[in-house]
Amino acid sequence: MKRILLITAAVTALSGTAWAVEPDEMLADPKLEARAHDLSREVRCVVCQNQSIDDSDAALARDLRIIIRERIAAGDSDDQALAFLTSRYGSFVQLNPPMRADTLALWFGPLAVLLLGAVGTFVYIRGRSPDKAAALSAVEEAELADLLKHDVVKSDGTKRNEAG
Amino acid sequence: MKRLLFLTPVALFVVLIGVFFVSLQRDPSLLPSMLIGKPVPAFNLPPVRPGDQGFANADLGGEPMLLNIYASWCAACRIEHPMLMRLRREGVTIHGLDWKDEPEAGFGVLQNQGDPYARVGNDRSGRVGIDLGVSGAPETFVIDKAGKVRYRHVGAISIEDWDQKIRPLMERLKAEL
Amino acid sequence: MSAEVGQFALILALLLALVQSAAPLWGAARGDGVLMAVGRAAARLQAGFVILAFACLAYAYVTSDFSVALVAAHSNTAQPLPYRFAATWGSHEGSMLLWVLILAIFGGGVAFFGGTLRETLQARVLGVQGLIGMAFLSFLIFTSNPFLRLSPAPLEGTELNPLLQDPGLVVHPPMLYLGYVGFSMAFCFAVAALIEGRVDAAWARWVRPWVLAAWIPLTLGITMGSAWAYYELGWGGWWFWDPVENASLMPWLLGTALLHSALVLERRGALVSWTILLAILTFSLSLVGTFLVRSGILTSVHAFAVDPRRGVYVLGIIVLTTGASLALYAWRAPAIRSGAVFQPVSREGGITLNNLFLTALCATVFLGTFSPVFIEMMNGDKISVGPPYYARTFAPLAIPLLLIAAFGPMLNWKRDAVRQTLTRLRIPAVIAGLVLLVALLLGGLKGVVTAGGLGLAAWLLLGSAAILGRRWWAQRAYLGRAIRTTPRAMVGLTLAHAGVGLLVLGITGVTSWHSDKVVSMRPGDSVVFAGRTLTLTTLETVNGPNYEARQARLKVTGQGAPYTLISERRFFPSAQSQTTEAGIHVRPQGNLYVSVGEESATGVVVRMWDHPLIVWIWLGGVTMALGGAVSLSDRRLRLGASVKAPMAQPQPVAAE
Repeated sequence: MKRILLITAAVTALSGTAWAVEPDEMLADPKLEARAHDLSREVRCVVCQNQSIDDSDAALARDLRIIIRERIAAGDSDDQALAFLTSRYGSFVQLNPPMRADTLALWFGPLAVLLLGAVGTFVYIRGRSPDKAAALSAVEEAELADLLKHDVVKSDGTKRNEAG
Repeated sequence: MKRLLFLTPVALFVVLIGVFFVSLQRDPSLLPSMLIGKPVPAFNLPPVRPGDQGFANADLGGEPMLLNIYASWCAACRIEHPMLMRLRREGVTIHGLDWKDEPEAGFGVLQNQGDPYARVGNDRSGRVGIDLGVSGAPETFVIDKAGKVRYRHVGAISIEDWDQKIRPLMERLKAEL
Repeated sequence: MSAEVGQFALILALLLALVQSAAPLWGAARGDGVLMAVGRAAARLQAGFVILAFACLAYAYVTSDFSVALVAAHSNTAQPLPYRFAATWGSHEGSMLLWVLILAIFGGGVAFFGGTLRETLQARVLGVQGLIGMAFLSFLIFTSNPFLRLSPAPLEGTELNPLLQDPGLVVHPPMLYLGYVGFSMAFCFAVAALIEGRVDAAWARWVRPWVLAAWIPLTLGITMGSAWAYYELGWGGWWFWDPVENASLMPWLLGTALLHSALVLERRGALVSWTILLAILTFSLSLVGTFLVRSGILTSVHAFAVDPRRGVYVLGIIVLTTGASLALYAWRAPAIRSGAVFQPVSREGGITLNNLFLTALCATVFLGTFSPVFIEMMNGDKISVGPPYYARTFAPLAIPLLLIAAFGPMLNWKRDAVRQTLTRLRIPAVIAGLVLLVALLLGGLKGVVTAGGLGLAAWLLLGSAAILGRRWWAQRAYLGRAIRTTPRAMVGLTLAHAGVGLLVLGITGVTSWHSDKVVSMRPGDSVVFAGRTLTLTTLETVNGPNYEARQARLKVTGQGAPYTLISERRFFPSAQSQTTEAGIHVRPQGNLYVSVGEESATGVVVRMWDHPLIVWIWLGGVTMALGGAVSLSDRRLRLGASVKAPMAQPQPVAAE
């Protein structure tokens, strides 16, 4: 706990010296600047809790923004510029998580849930289609009718105890 | 079959709780270093001490040692400094990297609080620190005989950190060929 | 004094919660009316004591009693009175007390107004409710005691986090808690039904208002949180997919699903065990999300006191509530049968699809929030999941859901045909199609997302309007009477779905057409931005009650102008922290947003954003909540009122 406090102290010392994207950082070429702007929105700041470096006013975030602009101005592709950062800070800086074996569940989980749910729904509805429901046995029909009679008493709320 | 279906929520829940329980013991703000098991990237920094020879990656290796990131603006470094002085007295080799700092300011720290470093270089732009994946100061890397990074410690080194983690590791590294 | 009274009241409340959980559960099992009555009395008394405890803490805050450690840590005398009061729930301990307060009031509510409930069901609901109350009261008393004294008492306290000193944030947490705790009622009903072994229309009729009563404040709370982040965090974002936000979004998504599935259960007696599961999961997600953020497993922009020891305790509570209820579910639910006939093309079919997509959306947010924890445990690597992930997963799942949202309400219960339904929707469909086409022609292939968004918004807005429009058109000869006799639930449905349309409109507008600019300015400088000219007129230091600020005034001329925007950087000396107050010009067609940054020799940094249509995002949220409120006021939904077509039969469970 104390260590976290110390880190926080270090981080606060770092920040406050700069503000998110400053005029002097920007590239002259608007096309390249737009690319750098977009890319830095996908890079997570490592010292501030949960912000992109584009939104962060931490000094390190500023350094990384400048690095991205340098790489892009030097002719790097977006992927190359991003790889420069991930080779130093790991996939933590990618707000867009990479597609890897360990992120398969993350990327395809939603679809899997949807498909499983669709199968479940299909089975449920089929089990309750009218022709199936009609297949109640005579005994079941009688039970049903009996239950319906009881319900009339209960649903009007006059009879409060659970009389069977 | 139907029973199994109704049991899935509980099963998933048990896994989830297990993961949460283990995660509670972890510190989410700690990032793994990308350099573990790799040689330190090449650098050659100007000196902090006036007239000194500076600090380059070629200086690393030969024996297990520490590479400490510090700065004059960093409050936690001031807390850590006495610990570094103690390690120096105990014969541990520590190199320093004065990160995102003016060399004069970095030298001021060494004059006021003592100088624990064998070699120390000034990284004014912060780029060498970024190459090392540094996110703040202080941070300390444990370097082995081959000049490879074996461990990274984030934040000030406490006595417990040293006794329980770093010293045992250094001793093991010393025994390596 | 007040702290001791509060402390004592909390302990008494804990003892009463014990009685409230034991007596009615036992009484219901034995059919003992006296024990069940004891449970009701305990619930009322418990509510009284928790209210007293909360009042004591609030009193300590308002009177700046710094001998109470919590007050000293989160309030000082320079803070304006409303914020001293709001600081009551500005800390971990205080917010837990607020949580317990709402829980106790709801429990008392069931005891007071639950007279039309079946007595055993009411007793069991109260019993389960008492168990939850016990868990949280003991958490509060044993790990987060808000009434600890400080000796000697400091003369001045530490200020409440300045970011939280904002009218929006005064109401935001209570709204969220009303939502989370409100879902606990649905949870109690679900568990009680599982214990009792029967689920019927009367049950659904009781649960629906509670779900709605939780859903409305949660919707408002999320909307307010988003608006707060927009104007207070100073960089113009309105949703960050941050763990704290996700923690509120997950129960909202499942709660919305529950709201719909309970309707099917009430009207058609179908989706019984699914509805029970949803009720359990919705509350569980409220717990999991909220508390894991606090336990420190996840990091978030919204800092909160983090303490792993509390995390273990909360995990214990989650195991006891969610774990036990899911186990009970696995044991009892398979025996609950629903015999209703179910046609795929019908209102209930539409709602099933709605549930499917809402659940998948919730799973997306869940995976996005928690998979970093899982992956780190698997291989030690840290990954981040940010907005780009949700743009690729959440959005594609949301679109079909929104398409159904206009279609579903046009379907008849029991059985319908696609073609006839489409005929009913021909006007909205044609207009939405035209909007899509025109937007495509104007924007080209690049603007395909924009065009899709606009078409979708039109479809939702007109589709909702068509719900009322069709009814009124059919009875146009007696329009006045037609309007008067429209069931409020139907008006509510229209409003809620139209709110979603407004939300889509706002999101589309701001994501498609926003622009920003950063410049360094000196007083007198002008800059042209988004069709307007902004001139920095003054830059000066001003003083607030507990802060000093650098205030920039910008005169705006051109489109929709002139007006003046004021942005400040506030420095709070007592808290040693800084906030940025953005200057925002709010208009339905779009906001102009300006915030000042650092000063240097070249001037002051001014960032400006143009946010077209953004205000509709929040108006959409408010409209949804309003729809919920109108629906809640429907006579048919009022507790205990009988409904024309009740469910076919109760669902007996074979006692095992």
